[in-house]
Amino acid sequence: MQSKGNNYSKSDLHSFLGNHHSRNAVIQNQLSQGKEGGICCEDRPNIYCHGKNHKDAASVRATHPIPAACGIYYFEVKIVSKGRDGYMGIGLSAQGVNMNRLPGWDKHSYGYHGDDGHSFCSSGTGQPYGPTFTTGDVIGCCVNLINNTCFYTKNGISLGVAFTDLPPNLYPTVGLQTPGEIVDANFGQQPFVFDIEDYMSEWRAKIHGMIARFPIGERLGEWQAVLQNMVSTYLVHHGYCATATAFARATETLIQEDQTSIKNRQRIQKLVLAGRVGEAIEATQQLYPGLLEHNSNLLFMLKCRQFVEMVNGTDSEVRCFSVRSPKSQDSYPGSPSLSPRHGATNPHLHSAGADSPTCSNGVTPPNKNKSHNKYPGVSSASSSSSSSPSSVNYSESNSTDSTKSQPHSGTSNQETRCVASDSEMEIEAEHYTNGVAENSSTRIMNGTYKHQEILQAEDGSLGNGVAEDSCASRQLCGGNQAATERMIQFGRELQGLNEQLCREYGKNATHKKMLQDAFSLLAYSDPWNCPVGQQLDPMQRENICSALNSAILESQNLPKQPPLMLAVGQATECVQLMARVRSGSCSFARVDSFLH
Amino acid sequence: MACLLEAPLRISVLSEVTATSRHYVDRLFDPDPQKVLQGVIDMKNAVIGNNKQKANLIVLGAVPRLLYLLQQGSSSSELRAECAVVLGSLAMGTENNIKSLVDCHIIPALLQGLLCPDLIFIEACLRCLRTVFISPVTPVQLLYTDPTVIPHLMSLLSRSQRTQEYITQIFSHCCKTPEHQTVLFNHGAIQNIAPLLISPSYKVRMQALKCFSVLAYENTQVSMTLVNVLVDEELLSQVFVRMMQRDQPIDMQLTAAKCLTYMCRAGAIRTDDSCIVLKTLPCLVRMCSKERLLEERVEGAETLAYLMEPDVELQRIASVTDHLVAMLADYFKYPSSVSAITDIKRLDHDLKHAHELRQAAFKLYASLGSNDEDIRKKITETENMMDRIVSGLSESSVKVRLAAVRCLHSLSRSVQQLRTSFHDHAVWKPLMKLLQNAPDEVLVMASSTLCNLLLEFSPSKEPILESGVIELLCSLTQSDSPALRVNGIWALMNMAFQADQKVKGEIVRALGTEQLFRLLSDPDSNVLMKTLGLLRNLLSTRPPVPVLLKLLHSLLVELIDQMEHSAAVPSSWHIDQVMSSHGKQIMQAVTLILEGEHSIEVKEQTLCILANIADGNTAKELIMTNDDILQKIKYYMAHSNVKLQLAATFCISNLIWNEEDGEANAMTGSQERQDKLRELGFVDILHKLTQASDPNLCDRAKTAMQQYLA
Repeated sequence: MQSKGNNYSKSDLHSFLGNHHSRNAVIQNQLSQGKEGGICCEDRPNIYCHGKNHKDAASVRATHPIPAACGIYYFEVKIVSKGRDGYMGIGLSAQGVNMNRLPGWDKHSYGYHGDDGHSFCSSGTGQPYGPTFTTGDVIGCCVNLINNTCFYTKNGISLGVAFTDLPPNLYPTVGLQTPGEIVDANFGQQPFVFDIEDYMSEWRAKIHGMIARFPIGERLGEWQAVLQNMVSTYLVHHGYCATATAFARATETLIQEDQTSIKNRQRIQKLVLAGRVGEAIEATQQLYPGLLEHNSNLLFMLKCRQFVEMVNGTDSEVRCFSVRSPKSQDSYPGSPSLSPRHGATNPHLHSAGADSPTCSNGVTPPNKNKSHNKYPGVSSASSSSSSSPSSVNYSESNSTDSTKSQPHSGTSNQETRCVASDSEMEIEAEHYTNGVAENSSTRIMNGTYKHQEILQAEDGSLGNGVAEDSCASRQLCGGNQAATERMIQFGRELQGLNEQLCREYGKNATHKKMLQDAFSLLAYSDPWNCPVGQQLDPMQRENICSALNSAILESQNLPKQPPLMLAVGQATECVQLMARVRSGSCSFARVDSFLH
Repeated sequence: MACLLEAPLRISVLSEVTATSRHYVDRLFDPDPQKVLQGVIDMKNAVIGNNKQKANLIVLGAVPRLLYLLQQGSSSSELRAECAVVLGSLAMGTENNIKSLVDCHIIPALLQGLLCPDLIFIEACLRCLRTVFISPVTPVQLLYTDPTVIPHLMSLLSRSQRTQEYITQIFSHCCKTPEHQTVLFNHGAIQNIAPLLISPSYKVRMQALKCFSVLAYENTQVSMTLVNVLVDEELLSQVFVRMMQRDQPIDMQLTAAKCLTYMCRAGAIRTDDSCIVLKTLPCLVRMCSKERLLEERVEGAETLAYLMEPDVELQRIASVTDHLVAMLADYFKYPSSVSAITDIKRLDHDLKHAHELRQAAFKLYASLGSNDEDIRKKITETENMMDRIVSGLSESSVKVRLAAVRCLHSLSRSVQQLRTSFHDHAVWKPLMKLLQNAPDEVLVMASSTLCNLLLEFSPSKEPILESGVIELLCSLTQSDSPALRVNGIWALMNMAFQADQKVKGEIVRALGTEQLFRLLSDPDSNVLMKTLGLLRNLLSTRPPVPVLLKLLHSLLVELIDQMEHSAAVPSSWHIDQVMSSHGKQIMQAVTLILEGEHSIEVKEQTLCILANIADGNTAKELIMTNDDILQKIKYYMAHSNVKLQLAATFCISNLIWNEEDGEANAMTGSQERQDKLRELGFVDILHKLTQASDPNLCDRAKTAMQQYLA
C-alpha cells in the first residue's frame, strides 16, 4: 500500500536542507542592507565583518523559520577567519529580535560564542558550554523539534545539549562583531562534517520503537478482538470468501455478510478486473437490481470503462468475435491486485516498482504481454503490493484449491521472503516467478497467493485454461472487424447516455473528460502507445472496481470501506495533523513504515 | 554397562528423591531402544524449565547414562540427538548442574559427537557445549586440550546458522589469554568468522562481532590482520562503523566500538582516523549517557578510558563531547534516593552496579585527565569531585579504591591542583591510610601519587611529613616489586629536595646505610637513579651541613667496606687507611660508578654528587688529591652528551671557586687548585666550552673562567 501521507521523509528532509541553499544568497541580501560599519557582504558566499566593539555587532538570519515538521534541523558554519578577536555567535533567534546584537544576548535568541565557548540563552551572561572556536573550525547547530532542544557540534563532534524548551519558529542566525571575521554557512548544499544522518536514524528508530511499543494495557483482550474483527471485515470487504470463512472459524468470530453475497461481489469484481466490464454490469443489474439505475455516475463510469476495454479487446462484447484467446491479452503481470489502494490517489506509476521492493506494480517490461503463460490462473494473477493485514490469510488460503497449479519445470528455485506455512505455498511462489522473475525482486512473492487462489477458484466461470499464442501484436478490439463495428456502435450508445445524463442532471465536466479520453483512443493507430494510452493499463480497472464494490456494499447497508482502511486513513490523517500543529516527531512517524 | 549397576545403588542411598524422577532414569535402561527413545523424549519435556527436576535427575545418575547412549554407535541418530538436547537442558540450570556435567566428562563426549555427520545431532551437541562453556565454572582450557577440536569447529562454521551462532559464542567465551587468541588466529578464525558479520541472522552477526572483540584485545597480530580483511568487498573497519550506527541495537554498537578500540590500541588504526575520532569515540560517549543501562554505561566508560589513555588529542575531544565530564558525575548517584523508596528490585539492581559504576567513572576521569591541564581543572570543578575521590579511596571494594587512586594520581600531575584542591580536601589523609594496608596494585598507584604530593611546592608536603611517612616509604624501598621500590625512593628523593637538615637526617637514619647500599646495587636502573638523586638532594645543602656529611661518610664507609668484600670489586681497587678519610671512599664509590656500565642519567647524578662534594671546603681537597677523579671530570667535560658536560663543568666550577669570606689559607687553597687545574689542561677545555652551542654550558664555562680572571 502506498501512502502519500507524509511529506517529511528522509529524502524530503534533504530537500529541506537543500532549500536553504537559496537562503545563503538571502543572507547576503540582508547583509548588504545592514547597518553602517557593521557586517557587509562581499562578492562571495560568506559573511564578512568590519565592526570594532560590541556596538558594532550584527547578526544575519535566514529568511524563513525552521519548519517544525522537519523534525530535526541542522546547519553548519565554517569559520573562514576569526578576524581580530573572534567574537562570533552562532545560534537561533525568533522574529523581531534585534539584529544588531550577537545571537543569545536578547530574549528569544540563543547562541554559542567563539571567544569564550559559552552558550547564551536569552541572556547577556553566558554559561560555560563548550570549547572556544576559531579560524578553520566548523560549528554545527542542530535543532531537535521533537524534544525542543538544541545542540552544537564542533568539527563533527557533538558538544551536547545547549538549550532546552526552545520556542517554535526560530531562524538560523549568525552574528559577528570584530573586523575581519568571515564565516561561511552550509545549509546542506555541501556535505556536513557532522553525521546528521546517523543522528536522524537514531530518532527515527526511537519514534518507531515508541509507536511499536505503545502500551495497550488492560484492554489487551479487547484489543485482540478488535484486530480480529478488522482482519475479518477486510477479507469480507474484498470478497476473500474462503479465507474469511477460515479466519472466522479459527478465531471464532462472526461474519456479518452472508456467503452468497460475498461470492457475488467477488465475482463482479473479478469480472471488472479481468476487463470484462459488460458482463460485470450485467451481473450487477441482475444481482442488485436498481443499484446502477440509482447510481448513474457509476453506471457511466462503468460504461466508459467498458468502452476502453472494448478497445483493449478484453470486453466480452468484442471478445466473442475474437479468434484469439482473450486470456492472453488479459494477462497483465504487474497489474492491479485485489488489494486496494487507500486514498483515492492514482495507483502506482510504472516507475514506482523499481524503487520500492514491496510494491511490485510497474515492474512489467513492455513486452510482458507477449510472454508465454501456460497457466491461466497464474497469468492473470498479479503481483501486488500487499498489505500486512491481508498476509494473515496465507495459511488458510491454500486450503482451497491452490494445488491446481503445478510447479513449472523450468522455474528457478527462488527464495521466498514470506513465511509460507506449508510446502504448497512455496510451490505457488516458485510457480509465480515464471511471469515476473526477470525484473522483479523476490519480495514480490509476498501477497501473491490470494489472487492466484481466488482467480483459480473462479477458473470455471472465468473461462478456459487453454493458453494460446499471444505473440501477435496488439490490435484494436483484438483485430476483429465485427468487433470494431460493435465497439463503434457501443461508443454511440455511450455518447447517447452522456447526453441523456446531461439532460437529466446538467452538464458534468468529469463525464465529458472521461468520454473524451476514451474516444481519443480511436485517434491513434497504436492506442497502447499514445498520450491517452494510460487508460488501457489494466491497473486503471482498480478504481472502478472498488467504486463498484463500495456501491454494492452501501446498497446492502454495509460499510463502504473496511474498518482497516479507515484506521490506516485516520493514522495518515493524524500524522498530517501533527505536521500542522508543529509536532516535530511527525517527520519520523510514517504510516508507511508500519505497512510492510 | 557399568552404569546399570551403579544407578540403583545410588538411588537407594538418596531416598528423598521423588519416585517420578527415578522413573525417568529407569526408563533409560529399558532393553527396547524405542522405549529408551520415548523415555528420553519424556525426560526432555519434564526437565524444561524445572531446576528441581534437573537436579534430581543429575543426582540419580541420568548424566552418565545419557552420555553412554549419546556415545554409543548403535544408538539411532534420533536418540543421540535427543540425549544431547536433554543434556543441554540440564546445563541450562544452576551452576552446580554445570559442575556435575563437567565432572561427568561431558565436554570430551560432546566434542567427540561433533564428528558425526548428522547436522541435527551436531547442533544439539553444540548448543549444549555452548551452554556449558559460557558458564564461569567451566575451565575454558578444556576446549584446547585436544588440538583437533578448534580446526573441526572452524569447519563446522559453514554447516548452518545455528552452528555459526553456537561456535562463535563458544569462541568468544573461551578466548581469555593471548595463547587462546593465537590458537584461534592460527586456525583461520578471522577468515572463517568475518563473513558471518553480514549474516542475515542478528544472533550470528552479534556473536561473530563479540568474537572479534576478544580476538583483537591487546593483540597486534590479530588487529593488524583485521584492518585488511574485506567482507563483501568492504573493509572490516567500515563494517564495524556501520554496526555502530545509532539505529542499531545498543549491544551491537557497543561491541563494534570495542573492536575498533582494540584495533586502535593495538596500533592497527591511527588515533586520528575518522572512524575513531568521529565514530568510535562519540559512540562510546553515547554509551555513557543516562539513557543507557547501567551495565552498558560501565562497559562504555571502561572502553572509552582504554581507547584514549595514550592519546591526548582523543582526551581533549572526549572532554568536550556531549558534556562527558558532567555526565560521569551521574555515575556516583546510585543507588539514588528515589530507587530506595519506590522500588526494592530497582534498589537491589542499583546497589549491585553502584561499585562498578563508580570505578568505571574514576577510570574514565583518570584517563581524561592524564595529560591536559585544562581537562584536570574541568574534572576537579565537577560537583563534589574531590569529595567523591576522597570517599572512593576508603571504599570497601578494592576495584573502586584502585580506580579512585588512579584518578587522584592523574589529577596530581597538575601543579595547580596540588596547590589548591588537593590541599583543601586533605587528600593526603585517606591516601596515607590507603598506604598502610593495601594490595600491591593499589600501593603502586598510591605511592606514585604520594611522590607528587611530596613535591616541594605541594602544601600537603608538611602534614605528610608529620604523619610519619618516612618509615612507610623506607619500608616500600624494601618491597619485592620494583615499581614500589622506585616509588618509595622517588618519594624520599622528592622529600629531600631543599629539605631542612632535620628531615634529611631523618631520612638517612630511617633508611639506614645498608638499605642505601642495597638500593645502589638494585637491578632496576630506575631505582639506582632515584637513589643517586636522593643522595644528590641530601648533599645539596648550602652551606654544607657537617652532621649530614658525617652521616653520609659513615654510610659510604659502610658501602665501600661491603664493596670490598663483594666479588664484584676490581682487584686494583685498594683502600688505604680507611678510617683516616671518609671522603676518599666517597671518591672511590664515585669512581666506581663513573667507570661502571651505567646509563647517562646515572652518571649525570653521580657527577652532580661530586659537584656537591666539591662545594665543601674540606671536601675539595679530596677531589684535588685524586687524579683519577680529576681525569674523569676532564673526560666528561669533553663528552658528547651535553648533560654530562654540564655536570662535569659544574664540578670544576665549584673546585676553582674563589670564596669571598674565606680565610687566608682558603685563598691560597683556591689559588693552588686553580694552578693545578691549569696544569692539567682544564683551562683549555673551559675555553673551548665557552664557544659551545648549548647556552647553559657556555654560561657555566664563562662563569668558571671569570674565577681565573678574578
